[in-house]
Amino acid sequence: MIKIGVLGLQGAVREHVRSIESCGAEAIVIKKIEQLEEADGLIIPGGESTTMRRLIDKYDFMPKLKEFADSGKPMFGTCAGLILLAKQIVGYEEPHIGALNVKVERNSFGRQKESFEADLDIADVAEDFTAVFIRAPHIVEADENVEVLAKHEGRIVAAREGQFLGSSFHPELTDDHRLTQYFINMVKEAKKPLAKQ
Amino acid sequence: MKTGTDRVKRGMAEMQKGGVIMDVVNAEQAKIAEEAGAVAVMALERVPSDIRAAGGVARMADPRIMEEVMNAVSIPVMAKARIGHIVEARVLEAMGVDYIDESEVLTPADEEYHLNKRDYTVPFVCGCRDLGEALRRIGEGASMLRTKGEPGTGNIVEAVRHMRKVNAQVRKVSNMSEDELMTEAKLLGAPYELLLEIRSLGRLPVVNFAAGGVATPADAALMMELGADGVFVGSGIFKSENPAKFARAIVEATTHYQDYKLIAELSKELGTPMKGIEISSLAPEARMQERGW
Repeated sequence: MIKIGVLGLQGAVREHVRSIESCGAEAIVIKKIEQLEEADGLIIPGGESTTMRRLIDKYDFMPKLKEFADSGKPMFGTCAGLILLAKQIVGYEEPHIGALNVKVERNSFGRQKESFEADLDIADVAEDFTAVFIRAPHIVEADENVEVLAKHEGRIVAAREGQFLGSSFHPELTDDHRLTQYFINMVKEAKKPLAKQ
Repeated sequence: MKTGTDRVKRGMAEMQKGGVIMDVVNAEQAKIAEEAGAVAVMALERVPSDIRAAGGVARMADPRIMEEVMNAVSIPVMAKARIGHIVEARVLEAMGVDYIDESEVLTPADEEYHLNKRDYTVPFVCGCRDLGEALRRIGEGASMLRTKGEPGTGNIVEAVRHMRKVNAQVRKVSNMSEDELMTEAKLLGAPYELLLEIRSLGRLPVVNFAAGGVATPADAALMMELGADGVFVGSGIFKSENPAKFARAIVEATTHYQDYKLIAELSKELGTPMKGIEISSLAPEARMQERGW
């Protein structure tokens, strides 16, 4: 069975686990670095990116997360997870994991009272996807190799570059598991050549 | 596009899970909290133990403090309004505060009615001592709960009591047959529909944090062990000798609440914690948890 890790240091971990399980895959909550090896793909959930980064550093996760990215295994970052995955962050000199070739801006839709739900057309996923944006970031610039999957009012809110997937919003907060399923399909694809060896 | 929906308001609290929310009284403290890994800060004029010591009427903080704190950090900023004080809550919402705590730590403005929190775009957190109180607050529109505990005492006993009580009642309701629920709703003084929801989810429909008396990393870990989704720390951090170290220790103990060796390490040489107050020495009228219903 496909095993999807959810980085479990802080944030909406339970919701991703529920979504993964609803898609028929196995979910592993990753709290220790050794557990990363078991995972075929990794979801970095929403939460507070500064808090997650502190805990990532505290427990030496960063080299292992970069290794995970280099290994070709798929990674999916939602909201704070997208910030952790991006190669550039507006106003910051250094990225976190720096895998997905996009530039993101934090809290770019405003404070909590401006947080919203909107229906999105996500390429290859769904034309009517209700997306929940909470103090969300958005993608300001995307490299030419990055496939823009969805926009909201002209702003890029979902994108994919090869094995890396990122969304500004929280697919885990609704009962619509199509984006999670899309990621699981990416993981299945990535696993195929390995299985043949 | 819709703002202020239940999903957006409750979702914001979901993102805070496993984290620590710290009371701060100025920008400098807010930065220390953010640097230590807090998921949010609560901007106040005085921490609960000082409110207790000062006596008199405790009100919403000076908006300048909230403004300073909001400008200083990128994590969410919460603030407290008095129970039932519609205008304090509206002012905080207008300022762009990310979450409002309708709090018994402040002197209630209304002894009969809590705020109708459904009316607001900004989400609310409220205190509870048992499931009935928890569900009345959700019924009014609270998107997040916390135990009341006994704020500003540095004594964890009341937070433990409230967390155990709520969770025991959730387990009870989860195992009831549907035909028992209306009577249970009557006994709890809680909305029937929310009992149905708990029964189908097997848990509360919103996040429930621990608050009111967390003074050490071990206290924070204890509350997580008892099923809290995260922890509010009020007076403990900035009343300690080394706030930065203390704040980091609380954050780590909350993340790894079952790693006892780590908690032992974290607890070393933290300096003297808050002196603390024995609850039985507090006169009933001095107990903040009795405020609200």
